[in-house]
Amino acid sequence: MTVKPASLRPQAPVREVVKEASMVKQKEMIARNYDLLTSTAEHGRKVASTFVPGNLNELIMCFDMLNNLPEINAIQNGMRKISGDYITEAEKRGHSEDVCTYVKADLGMIAKGNVSPNGKPLPRPDLLLLSYTGCFTFMKWFELLREEYKCPTVMLHVPYQGDGETTRNMRDYIVKQLKQEVIPALERVSGVKFDIDRLRGYLRESARAEDDLVWVLESAKQTPAPIDAYFGGVYYIGPIFTAFRGTPDATEYYRLLRAEIEERLRLGLGPITPEGDMKSQKYRLVVEGPPNWTSFREFWKMFYDDGAVVVASSYTKVGGTYDLGFRHDPDHPLESLADYCMGVYTNRNLPQRIDLLEKYMDEYQADGLLINSIKSCNSFSAGQLMIMREVEKRTGKPAAFIETDLVDPRYFSAANVKNRLESYFQMIDQKRGSAPSAA
Amino acid sequence: MPAPTTAALVTRCQALFDDLSFGAAREWKAAAAGRRVVAYMPIYVPRELIHAAGMLPLGILGAGENLEVIHGDAYYQSYICRIPRSTLDLGITGRLDFVDGFLFPSICDVIRNLSGIWKILFPKVYVHYFDVPQNFDPEVGGVFYRQELQELREALARLAGRPITDDALRASFALYNQNRRLVRELYAFRAGAPWRAPASETYLVLRAGMVLPVEEHNQLLADYLAAARAEERPRRDNCRIVLNGVFCEQPPLSMIKAIEMSGCYIVDDDFMLVHRWLLEDLPVTGDPIAALSTAFLSGSTENGAKYQPRQELKGQYILEAVRANAAEGVIFAAPSFCDPALLERPMLEKVLDRVDVPHIGFKYAENSAQLQPVREQAGTFADSIKLWSTP
Ligand code: SF4
Ligand code: SF4
Repeated sequence: MTVKPASLRPQAPVREVVKEASMVKQKEMIARNYDLLTSTAEHGRKVASTFVPGNLNELIMCFDMLNNLPEINAIQNGMRKISGDYITEAEKRGHSEDVCTYVKADLGMIAKGNVSPNGKPLPRPDLLLLSYTGCFTFMKWFELLREEYKCPTVMLHVPYQGDGETTRNMRDYIVKQLKQEVIPALERVSGVKFDIDRLRGYLRESARAEDDLVWVLESAKQTPAPIDAYFGGVYYIGPIFTAFRGTPDATEYYRLLRAEIEERLRLGLGPITPEGDMKSQKYRLVVEGPPNWTSFREFWKMFYDDGAVVVASSYTKVGGTYDLGFRHDPDHPLESLADYCMGVYTNRNLPQRIDLLEKYMDEYQADGLLINSIKSCNSFSAGQLMIMREVEKRTGKPAAFIETDLVDPRYFSAANVKNRLESYFQMIDQKRGSAPSAA
Repeated sequence: MPAPTTAALVTRCQALFDDLSFGAAREWKAAAAGRRVVAYMPIYVPRELIHAAGMLPLGILGAGENLEVIHGDAYYQSYICRIPRSTLDLGITGRLDFVDGFLFPSICDVIRNLSGIWKILFPKVYVHYFDVPQNFDPEVGGVFYRQELQELREALARLAGRPITDDALRASFALYNQNRRLVRELYAFRAGAPWRAPASETYLVLRAGMVLPVEEHNQLLADYLAAARAEERPRRDNCRIVLNGVFCEQPPLSMIKAIEMSGCYIVDDDFMLVHRWLLEDLPVTGDPIAALSTAFLSGSTENGAKYQPRQELKGQYILEAVRANAAEGVIFAAPSFCDPALLERPMLEKVLDRVDVPHIGFKYAENSAQLQPVREQAGTFADSIKLWSTP
């Protein structure tokens, strides 16, 4: 698809058209992937299920396989407000109210027919690629899924950066698992022989898209910020975090997106929200933690209504910390997959997470840090109060803490969240010691 | 001197258990210049490495029900288990100020993240997240693990100020082998005659092993076994159950007693698995690091914190625990919000359901005193087992 440079078109329609180009493109990509996933009986391609952190999409593609991500299905169901029923179903079947709601949304979805957003049933995976990266729950989640699907399962254990660094030993361990476990499993299931040059090609493509993603995310260093790096950010990371990293489609998506944001910057526009362009930017925030999906729009509105824009977020780094310089590297294909897995946000230790948030506060000239703590996610949540204290201490900027859940509507209390946010914005005003300044 | 009675030994263990300032470990440290203490949390660390460096491994399992947590709650949301907050309280209130190193093993994301908190709050302490392989191939996970062990060995040697030699390691292996043998013996004795070694006592005897030097704990185990064998105690008409899920945050001691008083003999459990993680003796010849690695990969216990690569074996360990100990049912007791225990539980339940082993489940917190529901549930469970097992 070709897009005319925005400057050649009249202004008002341009924004409309340019805005749509990347969104339409992403929508198409997602729809196509779900269509492919739900028509395996016709085309016969095999399916791997895996996770967003430690997603090995390029490798999966080397075997002509499709990538199905249960976390993304849970998010989709959260946004479509059907995850609540699925969670209840899983709890009825004996899963504890205390555990991660992604898992329960997934298990409940399977119990109720495993229907994909396109209305057709998802296929049983041919392989569970358990990329055990940054979250303990992953391990148990796929053991639970294995009981459902009785399909081959292969584990990739990615060691945690406990001491705040990656070591040669950790990297060698991952590469060895890729060579001796993961690749043979993919070969067996798909019947396709591994071709490292094919992998290099995909990785080259990934790096291109990654450059543009980083550019987009970093555009929020500008004032006014042309993007919202959390509510908008979750859309921007979509293709790279899921089944499209390494495809020309993803490269094209990010090229379009970048052009759109360049244009917004040129015009001095703020982020697009569901209600049009965001006008005033009174508060620049860094956000830690995943968003709530069941009331995503309502949640977002609480920010833009009050002029709060998120300039950087940690959640947009769970599928890779590209802004810290990492790129998939065709010259070191397996090693770079290993480095990618080790580097994802939740695989970094708490001091590293604090350093990163402090850096964001600084580089993005934020007014404060907001933590959205997720009830059922120990990986993110355990330690967030420590993070809050430290970042506050180091930056001297106010921080606030709200509590919601990912896809369990029972744990989103709009009134509480709104109250908390409003007092937080007041706190920022007070801290500034003067009337809020509109950007 | 007359041999000590179980009552006397249990009184001593209870005192160690109640001492939240870890007086015994402090005394050990003060007894000679240059001594160091390395704390660890559940679920498994190779204590032999610490011991071989001349240091004292000190197991920390939170603060139980007798400490009012004041500081820890400021670090944790209500929906996170209790053990990290009470452990932090122990640290912040200075109760662990004699600890020189702290190992946080791979068990779950809470303890994983606590390692980072500890690094920040206690910068003078050597803090290390101890990762173990979830790949059990000697050439893959084994190679990784050996290197991790070697790096830990070097770091501990630096902390101790002396190298950890192969011979020192082998000597430690021998002591811990003896410890594991004695613990196995104690569990077998209890499974055979649970009225003579109630779980509330064996629990305390094992807890003592978290704070005492292994040499002393070995003696204690041997003394308790001898005393228990020598004493007759009344046998009750209890059913026999396996208690599962108690491997990290500890239930109040009163909960263990409540289960027993409600008519259940606990004939197996997963308390303090560090004592029973390795299933066989470590060889005292050959390369000690390779020995530790092999034992972990192919001779260690199964548990929710570990991956089971083979679907057909998933959860079989609970069935083995039932069968090997002639248990009649399983009580799943898990700390609230505990991922490893609560995510694992449905898979274990399935395995039991397939062969009609009855089970019940509830949650607890280390400081929860709500024993009535536990008593009722365990009592009803015991009654139903007795009813259905009556020919
Ligand atoms: S626990 Fe957190 S990181 Fe893990 S699967 Fe659930 S939401 Fe994701
Ligand atoms: S009680 Fe469970 S969740 Fe809490 S630290 Fe222990 S293993 Fe982790």
